[in-house]
Amino acid sequence: MNKNITPPVIEIGVIGWLRKNLFSTWYNTILTLIGLYFIYLIIPPLLSWIFFDATFSGTNREDCTSSGACWVFIKQNIKLIIYGLYPSDELWRVNIAYFLLTVSIIYLLIPNLKYKGFVGIFLLIIFPIICVFLFSGGLGLENVETRLWGGLFLTLVIAGVGIVLSLPIGIMLALGRRSKLPVVSLLSTIFIEIWRGVPLITVLFMASNMFPLFMPEGVNFDKLIRALIGVMFFSAAYLAEVVRGGLQAMPKGQYEASQAAGLTYWKMMALIILPQSLKIVIPAIIGSFIALFKDTTLVLIIGLFDFLGIIQFVGTNPDWLGFSHEGYVFAATIFWVFCFGMSRYSQRLEKKLDTGN
Amino acid sequence: MTSETMIEMSSVHKWFGELHVLNDINLKVAKGEKIVICGPSGSGKSTLIRCINRLEEHQRGEIVVEGTELTNDNRSVEKIRGEVGMVFQQFNLFPHLSILDNCSLAPIWVRKLPKIEAREKAMKYLKRVQIDDQAHKYPAQLSGGQQQRAAIARALCMEPRIMLFDEPTSALDPEMIKEVLDVMVGLAEGGMTMLVVTHEMGFAKEVADKIIFMDEGQIVESKNPTDFFSNPESERTKTFLSQIL
Repeated sequence: MNKNITPPVIEIGVIGWLRKNLFSTWYNTILTLIGLYFIYLIIPPLLSWIFFDATFSGTNREDCTSSGACWVFIKQNIKLIIYGLYPSDELWRVNIAYFLLTVSIIYLLIPNLKYKGFVGIFLLIIFPIICVFLFSGGLGLENVETRLWGGLFLTLVIAGVGIVLSLPIGIMLALGRRSKLPVVSLLSTIFIEIWRGVPLITVLFMASNMFPLFMPEGVNFDKLIRALIGVMFFSAAYLAEVVRGGLQAMPKGQYEASQAAGLTYWKMMALIILPQSLKIVIPAIIGSFIALFKDTTLVLIIGLFDFLGIIQFVGTNPDWLGFSHEGYVFAATIFWVFCFGMSRYSQRLEKKLDTGN
Repeated sequence: MTSETMIEMSSVHKWFGELHVLNDINLKVAKGEKIVICGPSGSGKSTLIRCINRLEEHQRGEIVVEGTELTNDNRSVEKIRGEVGMVFQQFNLFPHLSILDNCSLAPIWVRKLPKIEAREKAMKYLKRVQIDDQAHKYPAQLSGGQQQRAAIARALCMEPRIMLFDEPTSALDPEMIKEVLDVMVGLAEGGMTMLVVTHEMGFAKEVADKIIFMDEGQIVESKNPTDFFSNPESERTKTFLSQIL
């Protein structure tokens, strides 16, 4: 037997891969060629519109004379797009939050660093508290009304609050629904099914228009807070069902072994059952978060100008009429970057937590 | 043998719906006694030992473990579970934790031992079942026999006064059965009070003080090994023995 014999050249390397995946049969060859033709039709014009024929420098629409995209439109409105109508003198407050968020996330993404647990706790608990004061004012900072919040900033606030608060609430609802106590189980089920049965648009409408009617005269909750609560419970109800799926996938033996070892219900859940069942449903949880992130665009209908809303808004400015394509491509790109980032992080997390079972 | 009673079951009944799985069970286990429970599948032998640490709830009768009566009061259940270790057919190790963490988890969270002490104790028992070299691996990286020995070590880390074994070798490949049985024999020789549900009659002969044969929820025969094998009274025991020996 010759151990040093190599596989036939035709089976490996680029040629082997092409043969195996693209040209294995005559109909696969045809499909490949048609696919290549479509790529040829779409990609070069797109690239020239976005990059080669596009205008990047200038200050107004007259500078955009080429046939490509006019990125001057984005550039000139970038402050609105990122901060909304937040007062110019106070932008540093939002910038601090952007900075802290970015640094913490980068820290968490670098493998094998120490104290990641602390950074995680900072990001999930301390950072949001800092943000409340930074953004809305208090402790000597000037108040900034939430109607001035907007753009990417507002999108991140809504999505961030939704993500950070809806997961714990969702977990509690899932545990509640599976509880042996009939009242707890019934209440959790009713809560989950009501929120899941209503479209998010309706929830937002109710929060914005109906809710104030039920409040006594003079009591007025901030509109953004009402929307946040709506988004949070809506997302929590979906997450509850996702988490419940994970809980149901746990073999009975895990419960029995925990009980036999003398663990109480909460210790058993916190140490044995939830770590395993949440791990199973990471892809679905991140899927929910991605959906939540994109659904934040719906707040436009109750008069909040999120990232997409503000891009639409600046597109209606008479100085910039006719540049909505650029706006939408830009918005799509940014949304995609965030969502793809979450998706990749989910895959990394799965790999990292894999213990081979 | 001392006469201190560790477990006393009197007139215990249990039903699964209409099915009468435990029918008037009376059983006394003395300190250091090793009892092997055998019988056809569905005879209630697993249910019997699972009632002792309340994985199953009995509906009538009385179970007293080390002087504590098993009631719906959570404190009595917690107290008894602290004294009673259990080993399962499917090992039921926690797959997301290393072997060492599997063993030190309950001592840390139930017994409130400091982490270092719990880990030392875990290593001591892992050494005793001869898998201390695997301590930092995850359960899925171990063979079935190793997993079951780890599960035994996990139970021992709580320093229980009684050990329950629910068909500990039934899920193992034949060549791994012996390594687990050897650990159990060692444990028996150390004076542990043991209740073992098993079909390993060799183990029963070697270790048991008493063999109990169950059928249809009842204790049909309860004898020392010599009498049990040479002189069974009931027809059902004879049939069972002729099938498995």
